[in-house]
Amino acid sequence: MKRIWEAAVEKFILLNGLACVVFVILIFLFLAKEGLALFKTFSPLNFFAGTQWYPISEPPKYGILPLFLGSLVVTLGATVISVPLGMACALFIGEIAPRWMREILKAGVELLAAIPSIVIGFIGMMTLAPWVKQIFHLPTGLTALSGSITLAFMAVPTIVSIMEDAITAVPKIYREGSFALGATHWQTIRRVVIPAASSGTVAAIMLGIGRVIGETMAVMMITGNAAVMPNTLLAPVRTMTATIAAEMGEAVQGSEHYFALFAIGLVLFVITFLINMTADIFLHREKK
Amino acid sequence: MKKKILYFAVIIIPVFLIFANCNAQAKQLSGSIQIKGSDTMVNLGQGWAEQFMEKNPDASIAVTGGGSGTGIAAIINGTCDIAQSSRAMKQQELDAAKKNGREVQEVETAIDALAVIVNPANPVSQLTIEQLSGIFTGTVTNWKELGGADQPILMLSRERNSGTHVYFLEHIVRKGNEKGPEEYSPKALMLPSSQAISDEVAQSVSAIGYVGIGYVSNRQKKIAVGKSAEGPFVLPSIDTALDKTYPIARGLFMYIPKNPSALVKSFMDFVLSDFGQEIVQQMDFVPLRKKS
Repeated sequence: MKRIWEAAVEKFILLNGLACVVFVILIFLFLAKEGLALFKTFSPLNFFAGTQWYPISEPPKYGILPLFLGSLVVTLGATVISVPLGMACALFIGEIAPRWMREILKAGVELLAAIPSIVIGFIGMMTLAPWVKQIFHLPTGLTALSGSITLAFMAVPTIVSIMEDAITAVPKIYREGSFALGATHWQTIRRVVIPAASSGTVAAIMLGIGRVIGETMAVMMITGNAAVMPNTLLAPVRTMTATIAAEMGEAVQGSEHYFALFAIGLVLFVITFLINMTADIFLHREKK
Repeated sequence: MKKKILYFAVIIIPVFLIFANCNAQAKQLSGSIQIKGSDTMVNLGQGWAEQFMEKNPDASIAVTGGGSGTGIAAIINGTCDIAQSSRAMKQQELDAAKKNGREVQEVETAIDALAVIVNPANPVSQLTIEQLSGIFTGTVTNWKELGGADQPILMLSRERNSGTHVYFLEHIVRKGNEKGPEEYSPKALMLPSSQAISDEVAQSVSAIGYVGIGYVSNRQKKIAVGKSAEGPFVLPSIDTALDKTYPIARGLFMYIPKNPSALVKSFMDFVLSDFGQEIVQQMDFVPLRKKS
């Protein structure tokens, strides 16, 4: 009896595990089916290299280059801001802060992750955008830079918590060995802890980027959504995610516009898949 | 203990009264109405339907969008009871309905007026449709070309999922020629709501945007719009929208059968009643008449 029960539970858990993978595959197939339907009527070259996004014109133009570059600019900006900030924060929490402060800081960072993105977007729109406008003397504060800063705040908790895990996983003997050789605290961090935790750090950064590129509501509120080819951080941009969110409601099911939005979704899926895979490879390397 | 009974009475008795009241009314009207058509009017139709159903719990009203053309086609084919349309039916559509034995009548239910707004610090106070088209297509890029300060124009538009976006595109950007070649400039910011446009205009001296007149406060300045350079230039208001002198206003219509059912008739009476017109104002459209 016990053995049957054991086997049943085992099978049940196995099924659950498989179900998750099956869902991902089904989602991908659905995206691919709807997204690739666009290319029956619209040339892939014009889709990937077109510089104009006019989905409801006659004839419609579905060039995603400005949207792709928009996402790229915002993501790069957010990465440049969040990576140094996140790494410094993780090092402080993991290596330098006394125990009582460590607990408070960790809870604080985790709380930052719990703030809904629309709230961060709202705060950014009301407070950050006017500052950006004033500091740089711009006609509007709804720019790629405002989006980058806002998204950086969302990426920081991801980067900090994963990198902090990697730092705490560095064996204590490494540090003791370093101290025994007469190294200072900073020398130990720089020469021993950071290299030992390097693959975890890369994974943390990649997952932070993945978080940023998929973010929708906050960027839609704060980047201005103008589908121009971006040439500066201080101008409005339109990201791929915001385009899907803004236009899905009005696209007629089964129309070319609808398929074009799914094609954008497919592009996003491929990008985040590659980012997560890179992160995964680095995480596994650490274990070996 | 006594207190508890008192609380109980206070809570339960009104509940009974409400139910009794509902039951009394429910006997008056029942049945269902299908409303189809204009996307601009979906929320408005929904607002009317919800309030009407609250008063008549046995009546059920379903409101769907799809566009004015869809609604008109549906009423001609007899697949809906009321068609919502933000344009008047064409003669050939009226003839087609007659031929199908479904003669319809037009009821104007509300007016949609768009205000073009700028920052109060902007000296420009009037623009022609030609100039507005130039601004939003990106051929006019600096306020000094329009008699303002020397600074680039910041164009604010609604997102593409908005009926207002399309209306402004067809009547201003394309100057009334619905299939014209003009497009919004790619530099135009697409904001997700009318409120976002109002806020941005209030903050930025170089901004220009368009919103329903319900969204304008003293933090924005309305622009007087003229059909040609000779004018007259008209400011948007409930009055100028009502007497049709303001050029960016349109009637919002409902088309119903010539011999409507009792339920449709009472729904239309509700729409045109003072309360129905109050809902119009709450939804930021212009009611048919001013509150007396």
